[in-house]
Amino acid sequence: MADPMAPNGYVSGSNLERVLKSGNFAVTAELGPPQSADAEVIRKKAALLRGFCDAVNITDNQTAIVRMSSIGAGALLVREGLEPVIQMTCRDRNRLAIQSDLLGAYALGMRNVLCLTGDHQTFGNHPQAKNVFDIDSIQLVQIVKNLRDQHIFQCGDPLKGLEPRFFIGAAESPFAHPIEFRPYRLGKKIKAGANFIQTQLVFDIPAFEAFMEKVRALGLHQQAYLLAGVGPLKSPAMAKYMKENVPGILIPQELIDRLEEAGRPWAGKSRDELTKEEKKARSEAWKQTGIEICIELIQKILKIEGVAGVHIMAIEWEEAVEPIVKGAGLYPRPVIEPLPV
Amino acid sequence: MIIAEQKPFEEIKNLIEPAQRVLVVGCGTCVTVCFAGGAREAAILAASLRMASKLNGDPKEVTDVTVQRQCEWEYLDTIAEQINEADIVLSIGCGIGVQAIAERYPKTWVVPGLNTAFLGLPAEQGVWVERCAACGDCILGLTAGICPIARCSKSLLNGPCGGSQDGHCEVNEEIPCAWQLIYDRLQSLGKLEMLYEIRPPKNWRTSRDGGPRKIVRPDLRLSEEE
Repeated sequence: MADPMAPNGYVSGSNLERVLKSGNFAVTAELGPPQSADAEVIRKKAALLRGFCDAVNITDNQTAIVRMSSIGAGALLVREGLEPVIQMTCRDRNRLAIQSDLLGAYALGMRNVLCLTGDHQTFGNHPQAKNVFDIDSIQLVQIVKNLRDQHIFQCGDPLKGLEPRFFIGAAESPFAHPIEFRPYRLGKKIKAGANFIQTQLVFDIPAFEAFMEKVRALGLHQQAYLLAGVGPLKSPAMAKYMKENVPGILIPQELIDRLEEAGRPWAGKSRDELTKEEKKARSEAWKQTGIEICIELIQKILKIEGVAGVHIMAIEWEEAVEPIVKGAGLYPRPVIEPLPV
Repeated sequence: MIIAEQKPFEEIKNLIEPAQRVLVVGCGTCVTVCFAGGAREAAILAASLRMASKLNGDPKEVTDVTVQRQCEWEYLDTIAEQINEADIVLSIGCGIGVQAIAERYPKTWVVPGLNTAFLGLPAEQGVWVERCAACGDCILGLTAGICPIARCSKSLLNGPCGGSQDGHCEVNEEIPCAWQLIYDRLQSLGKLEMLYEIRPPKNWRTSRDGGPRKIVRPDLRLSEEE
């Protein structure tokens, strides 16, 4: 019954899997769906990302704010000819809803899924909501793997017909605590069945190198493809906020100083004294520096053994993906023809 | 024990508004120990309600009584007369006490004076913390005696999530990360390898998810009831 590989040698045959398996350095990007039912938003964002990444992550009610569903937006993306990575959290759905949604997602042409626990609902715009957390991210990975490889539902019942063959992803936050346990927890996700890993944003290269050293010592880089999370910083204030408030994000002071320096020509005036044009110019200067920093980070990450790609999280700033990918020398993206089934 | 706290006074006043004769019923067990609904609190609440109703120009007759345990029929039976004389019973027992009175006295209108909060313990003077979610299938043997169902904000079985920072939970800095606590304790006991195992999805049937629960012990049942 168990057949982890389809006859063509791929578990899912998704573009992301083909690029990674071919040995190319992969690029994924992130698309945040709108807080509306407007398909046009997805199409516009898709146009910004087309050709610059191998697959597009679609967030699942990120930070617990209600948005168009990941699978709904994913279906639109498939129609646009882009490949989605469906993000699936355990916060809003129990094991019934998760499995049923995944069957639907596969039927609609989606081939990659990123299994997440999900941000707690107290962060979002419905903090009064009841959460679910019937299962956790590691158990979710196992469920998706068993659907694919054992053709069974979580309860043990067999599927009646075609199984969903997903390329299974999981997230890893290398610098969350307890930091010494993180490589082992990553190992649990891979043991559960994760084929690829996308990490939390990396800004501190020496810290990430130390993490990767442990990953390599455990041999994990040979059991799953690891994509390092990167993202452009928009302003010194954003950088400081993330550094202080987002668990697991380390931002070296030097990077914050560089952003401050980029805004130096306007530093003499308070925010209220700046004209609209000056504010815009300052914002552009910060963004330019943020993109430059991101490119440099990717170039350093490229040299780290065991990293198979980058996942670019340009939050509500999809325009930044093109200059980053081009600047890092990762354009054009490889075209790997699917093998015949 | 069951931890509860008194409802806001305004809410209590509204709950008893239609009544003239009010009986405040305290409970001598859990809610006495957490200073929410014992004899002392019952007396203070009754006096406050008398005073408030008097100031409001509608003086109510508010008396109080406290039983050893509101959740047992035999103790509730001892105050039958007082309950039957009241227009309304304001229970300051836990939610179980309120329902026990309602069940034992079908013709009596009962309202709650407390919000029943959780199963926990007093961590220090004046501070109570949650410890058990009564899930019906205890896993403390796997987690170094620290319950992730009750104490992890996401009830993770394979924690910690990426929101664990400096020992606290992403939800707020006041919440210790249960999985950091589990990690530390397993480490100090030399059992860290227990964390390398993947715990399968939990069977929630024994929890509230299986519907209201009931335990029957045939060995304890009286023969005529069998």
